[in-house]
Amino acid sequence: MTWATREIAGWGRVLRAEAALARPERQRTARALAESAPVPALGRRRSYGDACLADRAMLTERLDRVLAFDPETGTLEAESGVMLGDLAARLAPQGWLPPVMPGTGFATVGGAIAMDVHGKNHHHAGAFAAHVDRLTLATPGGPVEVTSDDPLFALTAGGLGQTGPILKATIRLARVRGDVMMVTERRMAGLDTFCDALDASDAPYTVGWIDATATGPALGRGILEEGEVAKGLVPPARRGRTVPLDAPGFALSAPVVRTFNAAYLRRVPARGRTVVRPIADYFFPLDKIHDWNRLYGKRGFHQFQCVVPMDARGALRAMLERIGKAGLASPLAVLKRLGPGAGHPMSFPVEGYTLAVDLPASDGADRLLGVLNAATVEAGGRVYLAKDSSLTAQQAHAMYPGRAAWAEAINARDPERAYETALVRRLRLREPS
Amino acid sequence: MSAPESTPESAPERAAESATGSAPETWLVLGASSAMARALARALANEGAALILAGRDDDDLAALAADCRFRGAASAEPLRWDARDPATIAPLIARLERAEGKVSAAVFAGSMPPQAEIDADPALIDGVAADSFTGPAQVLSRVAPLIEARGAGTIVGVASVAGDRGRVGNYVYGAAKSAFATYLSGLRNRLNRAGGHVVTVKPGFVDTAMTWGLPGMFLVAPPEAVAASILKAARRRRNVIYTPFFWRYIMMIIRAVPEPIFKKLSI
Ligand SMILES: Cc1cc2nc3c(=O)[nH]c(=O)nc-3n(C[C@H](O)[C@H](O)[C@H](O)COP(=O)(O)OP(=O)(O)OC[C@H]3O[C@@H](n4cnc5c(N)ncnc54)[C@H](O)[C@@H]3O)c2cc1C
Ligand SMILES: NC(=O)c1ccc[n+]([C@@H]2O[C@H](COP(=O)([O-])OP(=O)(O)OC[C@H]3O[C@@H](n4cnc5c(N)ncnc54)[C@H](OP(=O)(O)O)[C@@H]3O)[C@@H](O)[C@H]2O)c1
Repeated sequence: MTWATREIAGWGRVLRAEAALARPERQRTARALAESAPVPALGRRRSYGDACLADRAMLTERLDRVLAFDPETGTLEAESGVMLGDLAARLAPQGWLPPVMPGTGFATVGGAIAMDVHGKNHHHAGAFAAHVDRLTLATPGGPVEVTSDDPLFALTAGGLGQTGPILKATIRLARVRGDVMMVTERRMAGLDTFCDALDASDAPYTVGWIDATATGPALGRGILEEGEVAKGLVPPARRGRTVPLDAPGFALSAPVVRTFNAAYLRRVPARGRTVVRPIADYFFPLDKIHDWNRLYGKRGFHQFQCVVPMDARGALRAMLERIGKAGLASPLAVLKRLGPGAGHPMSFPVEGYTLAVDLPASDGADRLLGVLNAATVEAGGRVYLAKDSSLTAQQAHAMYPGRAAWAEAINARDPERAYETALVRRLRLREPS
Repeated sequence: MSAPESTPESAPERAAESATGSAPETWLVLGASSAMARALARALANEGAALILAGRDDDDLAALAADCRFRGAASAEPLRWDARDPATIAPLIARLERAEGKVSAAVFAGSMPPQAEIDADPALIDGVAADSFTGPAQVLSRVAPLIEARGAGTIVGVASVAGDRGRVGNYVYGAAKSAFATYLSGLRNRLNRAGGHVVTVKPGFVDTAMTWGLPGMFLVAPPEAVAASILKAARRRRNVIYTPFFWRYIMMIIRAVPEPIFKKLSI
């Protein structure tokens, strides 16, 4: 049978939908489906909000094969449901890695293109789509090959699946010399130090863990992690495993999180330290704990992620103050530098500082999200739609100035709006204005 | 594929391995486009096996072959085979004859058209029998002499719990699977004399294209779990496995229901 009815949820589990799902196992069946019943494609549903929800959709998880790999040039063609973590695990021993890796290895090639995902190397490497040479889109009229210079490519990169299912893609991998990560960790005393250090860092991979419960002079304190791939001279050390969730008796009440965060910070000695970690532990620290999103209980959680321009440190500070005062944040908060954007209309990364904070669902969280969303618009920044569950259409439209032109081009291709997802509807992303 | 275990049966197998040197084991996979076959082929690729991926969907088999090479298969090639076309058998056997090391085969082919369609057009029975029993059996009966000649090799045949008892919902499919299981039992008896081995696999519900969206599915197993249990069974020279294992007990109960009662059930 083609369709099965299932309840699906975004990773944050706040937003859910009952959906009729098809799950083609082969290119042929995927093409046939796209021709007879055009529906949006969904990957592994690692988007937090409703970006990966729809009432009818095609799951790509069984389109999971590597179709070609040239170990000399590092070009790889994969079906769209291949997970980046699987690729990393197989490629690292051969001296290659996916060029861009988000914080979860469960993200698929299709999801990485449709969200134009960024990694800890955005300041050097840009986002995922910049490394895609070509892709194949399923359309009602048959498969279409799209090369990176095609205008259709810019509509597809970060395009939230609105140009139709990506069936396969050819990507250029990154050359690496080794199979472990050498990570230098340094304590950051406060926001300005943190931002300066992020600006100055020229490590290949850089990310900051930020204590979103800190207030006053400690506001913005955290740990800067600078990583590079190295040869495994040292066996991957257990003690290098630094998942905050390994905390015993993990609970998300404000005092616990505050205490935990302080301890987490002190774990790194004042002079800093360098540790060796397995590649997967470094890039996908939470993946070891399968379904960790369930730790937030039935109501689920939100993730707020914005990017604000370089000159908007003040806005960032104000946001952190609100978050710290509200006392709602979980230990999972991240501060990163993003390099220049790729110019694709709906692609999230643009130059600036990006802040991501998890908030267990509650009425207070809804109010806080409202404040943070408004502050982001005010600062000339934008919210990442892969994480969003709370923007208004008006806010989203203000954040993505290329949206209206994008919508027009998309609607011309898909006048029936067959590819709309729940997010696209909620934020009226395909409305003329 | 694996280190031979210290059962008395494996003595000829070990001899055969040293005679054929370090050539990888070659596996012929029939019906390689099924999700279960995909999972097994990948697990074998991971161990460095040489793979011949046989079936009708050339495009899909080429994709699987590429993926298996990426995952470490010594070689992986698609080959056309249609269970309803005996002319496609000879090239498979010719290819296997050229293989240097041990040769083995796994059968995943099978078809389960809705019983109502078969009731309306009983001519469909021939096709079900060909896809699930006679087609694969004709291939296996030609693989058997190769195993006998080399004194080693494994045959994995995927039958079904549906073959353990005829039910109103799929008794033609069940009959074909039951016949296939009986064939495998005889083949095991034959190959055992020559150092070969046959594993009969009876899956319960597996999460594949065949069951996706069907009503009444429960305890549906991922194809990777089925593949893992098949490999383990082949290594341990198990004879008949149910997968997941608890289906053995479910089927014990179902077989124990007296016919006067069973005929009134609609399960
Ligand atoms: C723990 C964690 C950490 C994360 N860290 C990061 C990070 O560091 N950087 C970052 O950028 N993101 C990050 N994310 C977000 C995640 O990378 C994105 O949401 C990504 O899109 C998820 O991929 P997916 O395959 O699950 O896609 P889904 O969430 O299923 O879908 C996302 C979108 O892609 C579309 N899509 C999926 N497959 C296809 C296809 N084949 N063809 C067309 N459209 C398709 C869907 O329609 C949808 O619009 C993180 C998520 C988690 C859970
Ligand atoms: N899924 C379950 O719950 C379940 C339970 C018990 C047993 N089984 C058995 O497990 C095996 C694999 O099934 P599946 O669930 O993975 O479903 P599937 O995808 O439908 O697999 C059936 C396979 O048989 C092949 N096949 C059918 N007719 C053929 C023919 N004439 N010539 C060559 N190949 C032919 C198909 O190839 P094409 O690609 O060419 O169609 C396909 O690869 C089958 O034998 C099935 O009966 C399944």
